[in-house]
Amino acid sequence: MKYDLIVIGAGPAGMSAAIKAASYGAKVAIIDENPSAGGKLLGQLHKEPKSGWWHGGKTARKMETNLRQTGVTCFQGKEVWAIYPRWKVFMNNGEELQSEYILIASGAAEKAIPIPGWTLPGAMAVGAAQTLTNYHRVKPGRKIAIIGVDPLSLSVAHQLKMAGVHVVGIFLPPDSVFSKDKSSPSKMISYLSSMAHAAPNLFFKMAGNLAKYPFIQHVGAKFYPRFGMKIWGIPLYLRKTVLEIGGAVQVEHIKVIPVSQEGIPNEDRVKTVDVDCVCISGGLYPLMELAGAAGCESVYIEELGGHIPLHSPEMETTQPGIYVAGNITGIESAKVAMEQGDLVGTTVAAKLGLVSCNLIDEAQENVIQARENAVITFQQNIAAGREKSQQYWKEYNSKGVKLYADS
Amino acid sequence: MMRITDHPILEDMEKRPVTITFNGVDYQAYEGESIAAALLANHIRVLRYSEKNREPRGIYCGIGHCYECRVTVDGKRSVRSCITNVRDQMCIESQDGDDS
Repeated sequence: MKYDLIVIGAGPAGMSAAIKAASYGAKVAIIDENPSAGGKLLGQLHKEPKSGWWHGGKTARKMETNLRQTGVTCFQGKEVWAIYPRWKVFMNNGEELQSEYILIASGAAEKAIPIPGWTLPGAMAVGAAQTLTNYHRVKPGRKIAIIGVDPLSLSVAHQLKMAGVHVVGIFLPPDSVFSKDKSSPSKMISYLSSMAHAAPNLFFKMAGNLAKYPFIQHVGAKFYPRFGMKIWGIPLYLRKTVLEIGGAVQVEHIKVIPVSQEGIPNEDRVKTVDVDCVCISGGLYPLMELAGAAGCESVYIEELGGHIPLHSPEMETTQPGIYVAGNITGIESAKVAMEQGDLVGTTVAAKLGLVSCNLIDEAQENVIQARENAVITFQQNIAAGREKSQQYWKEYNSKGVKLYADS
Repeated sequence: MMRITDHPILEDMEKRPVTITFNGVDYQAYEGESIAAALLANHIRVLRYSEKNREPRGIYCGIGHCYECRVTVDGKRSVRSCITNVRDQMCIESQDGDDS
């Protein structure tokens, strides 16, 4: 079957692009491996300073209705197994779709921080706990420990609390090649202080707490109270780490140990805390395997969360006709992803001759606006990361490298 | 009670109950929820045992990426329980190290 645009991934970016292009008259298909459209929107629930509660699930349902109303063909619960030039998309049911234009909006996954005992049932990625709680409305556990301090883990801690779950504390991960700075009390305190300005909603209360102890920000972790500080009534332990997760066949307890300001554990003071669930948060990284398999060139940009496909200001990759949008291009909020999706939908519609190219500039401006207005920033120095990304794109083009001759 | 029934922000959902079977035992689940969520609501965390060391495994990533939560569904092996919804009369079995 031939389409004007094939979108892979029905999260905020993919759905926005599909709706946009279809609303201009393009024939669009969208493919997603989950039972329901929405991607990571489905679990999101947080309060924004101006607009009130952001309920991702509601937004997802509205967008799903829009997909239907604009006549987008939805392949929900189907996986993409291959993309061949130029361009055939093969799904796991054996079906083949064709289009000159493809959008890969595969989103992000969580970075792993292996901790002894993390394979026990009851230990899970913090994003899994978020979906269980806010989408399926099932408690991930009765007593939960969170390991890792970042915007997502703090947001989920609040969501668990709202759902009536007892969160025993938020802890640092143990020092390892995977946890890096995330296990260092002094680095985490300077990180939190810097984020207080960047993410007013999430860190408002925490910044307030830190302000109560202004010396902490200045002298670092040395004076951070051992009993932690409470955020939404949940203890935030920036001087304690979880050495291991234990239990016979599933999670029954964690072993907690105080650490020095550099993150060195005090072996004499191990304490066992009973929990039935542990949520591990290592941060998000762009999920770009499919783009890589399709031959898109990539580049590593720390500020954007990892490897991303090189892309133009209109979001086209090094493979002509293959576009990217959303977290595959760098870890940002759903609102930025939606504007990036709009941009791709508009660009493809313009290339198809359905709308004026002038609309592309406007769509690009909207992405920048959404970025500037973002309430939650997952990465520090996003702007610097985006600049690097554009710089790499220019360098790539100036070399005139082309993987496939234009056909 | 593992189900969240009284939420300060989220409104109640309309849910149609269905019956699923896990390792030969009947459990109540709700239409539209994943197998992993339905089993967790029934206090079941252990979904399979690993191939080499027969260690228990459960849901980890929740997005179909890590494949730790795979189960046998109506005779079909290695279905990811975190991104597969329940159906009425669905027969689910955990996968054992031995037969993997």
